[in-house]
Amino acid sequence: MSLDFFTQLTSIVYLIAAVFFILGLKKLSSPKTARQGNLFAMIGMLIAVLMTLFDRNILSYEYIILGLIIGGAIGAISAKKVQMTSMPQMVALFNGFGGIASALVAFAELYQQAGDVALHENITISLSLLVGMVTFTGSLIAYAKLQGIMRGAPIVLPLHQILNFLLLIGSVALVILAVMYPTEYILWALILLVLAAIFGVTFVIPIGGADMPVVISLLNSYSGIAAAMTGFVLGNSVLIIAGALVGASGIILTNIMCVAMNRSIANVLFGAVGTDGGATATGEKETRTVTSYTAVDAGIMLDQAQSVIIVPGYGLAVAQAQHVLQEMAQILMDRGVKVRYAIHPVAGRMPGHMNVLMAEANVSYDLLLEMDEINDDFQDTDVALVIGANDVINPAARTKKDSPLYGMPILNVDQARTVMIVKRSLGAGFAGEGNEMFFDEKTMMVFGDAKKVITDLVKTLKAE
Amino acid sequence: MDLLSLFTVFVLAIFVGNELISKVPPLLHTPLMSGSNGISGITIVGALVATGAGHSTLATVLGVLAVIAATINVVGGFMVTDRMLEMFKPKKDKKAVKE
Repeated sequence: MSLDFFTQLTSIVYLIAAVFFILGLKKLSSPKTARQGNLFAMIGMLIAVLMTLFDRNILSYEYIILGLIIGGAIGAISAKKVQMTSMPQMVALFNGFGGIASALVAFAELYQQAGDVALHENITISLSLLVGMVTFTGSLIAYAKLQGIMRGAPIVLPLHQILNFLLLIGSVALVILAVMYPTEYILWALILLVLAAIFGVTFVIPIGGADMPVVISLLNSYSGIAAAMTGFVLGNSVLIIAGALVGASGIILTNIMCVAMNRSIANVLFGAVGTDGGATATGEKETRTVTSYTAVDAGIMLDQAQSVIIVPGYGLAVAQAQHVLQEMAQILMDRGVKVRYAIHPVAGRMPGHMNVLMAEANVSYDLLLEMDEINDDFQDTDVALVIGANDVINPAARTKKDSPLYGMPILNVDQARTVMIVKRSLGAGFAGEGNEMFFDEKTMMVFGDAKKVITDLVKTLKAE
Repeated sequence: MDLLSLFTVFVLAIFVGNELISKVPPLLHTPLMSGSNGISGITIVGALVATGAGHSTLATVLGVLAVIAATINVVGGFMVTDRMLEMFKPKKDKKAVKE
């Protein structure tokens, strides 16, 4: 046997850790077992870390402990404090840290081996530096856009795509240079890191705020790929397996988001679609008027309904109205009204975000239905109550060929007997497209802040 | 492991990932993302060795920074996932939880 006992033991323990990751992800397929699944993934990570601490190459622990304490404290405090509405930018930030960690490990390895690496190592180190750094700066930009530090609107530089193309060509050239002139390895690696950092920025800034769910999914995938590449550098299979799992996960979510918007990934990444959201409707000024109803009118309507489907949008969570909405739904349900929630795949700001926001308001997950599950039920429903959502019910997606929304699957609220829309104004949604649904004769527009309107609705319902 | 074996593992793991993830319902896509985010922090394993191996000062500094970043990723990712999954309740439990 060429391998000694300790090396074999390490490999086996890493394999066990990988199995825990796989079982953890498997348990995420049901809300009943999901929490246990996350625990499994944590155990896998703990096993891998503990085994590594016994590595004979580790001579001193003081810096390791220092790093673990600092990182652990920052991670724990952020995770405890973050609000559920801010989850997308939190995940983006965590992604970025994973990416930079992979790049740093690859750089340290390159430095340690003084550039004396085989061809394939050279390539994997370069890829690890490249993907890790792109993930880092790209995530920071996504964070800044979602947090409102940067404007959400696309920022397009002159010759933007050519610049991106040159950055990619430059990166490939550096990998070749590193192979041809390995003595200058530090120089090549540093230039590559700089190019990757710039590329991460230029890659994300032209993407509009409404398309951030796609970007976060993609960056999630990149952080996995960066980890897998670092696994190749270190010859470590657990990094490769875990990285590949995450890489696949991010790609699938990216794809689901694109399908839900009926757009290609290329259109999302290079189309520079979207506005800051809300304020700037395209096209001519709206001259028609709509009939506006009060919360009392709406309350009376809801009181007579037998079945209600609630369509929550991100605006609901921004107004912090999900808790009072749950209170209203509970009143209706106690009276025997059938109440359910219709969740569009792009509701919220990351995949599945709206479900988390509703779960936080104590809405049980049995009531949260996906678009495909509930879309046929609108026709038998008395009231479709739309709160803080706009694009996901816009009929322009079906009819208006030149609309940015065209082809996006939408919720069939128009098939319900009455459509009640709670909204601040007649402004357009993220896509900048006006909404014909507001002018439909069966639509009741209730203008105002979502929280205030629903609080008034609750009062009206209780009074009757 | 030689490069080919590592590559084999990589490709197979992508297929396993594909199978697993496509079974996760949209309901749980946010926790999936933050949880898999924590898993991608596995790069901490490499960071630990780079830090503790007593290499040059630069390698140690890079290593410590990598440990910090990866630990934020791992601890933050898993904790925030647990926080979210704790909130997902089925219908029956609801009354019990409130009291």
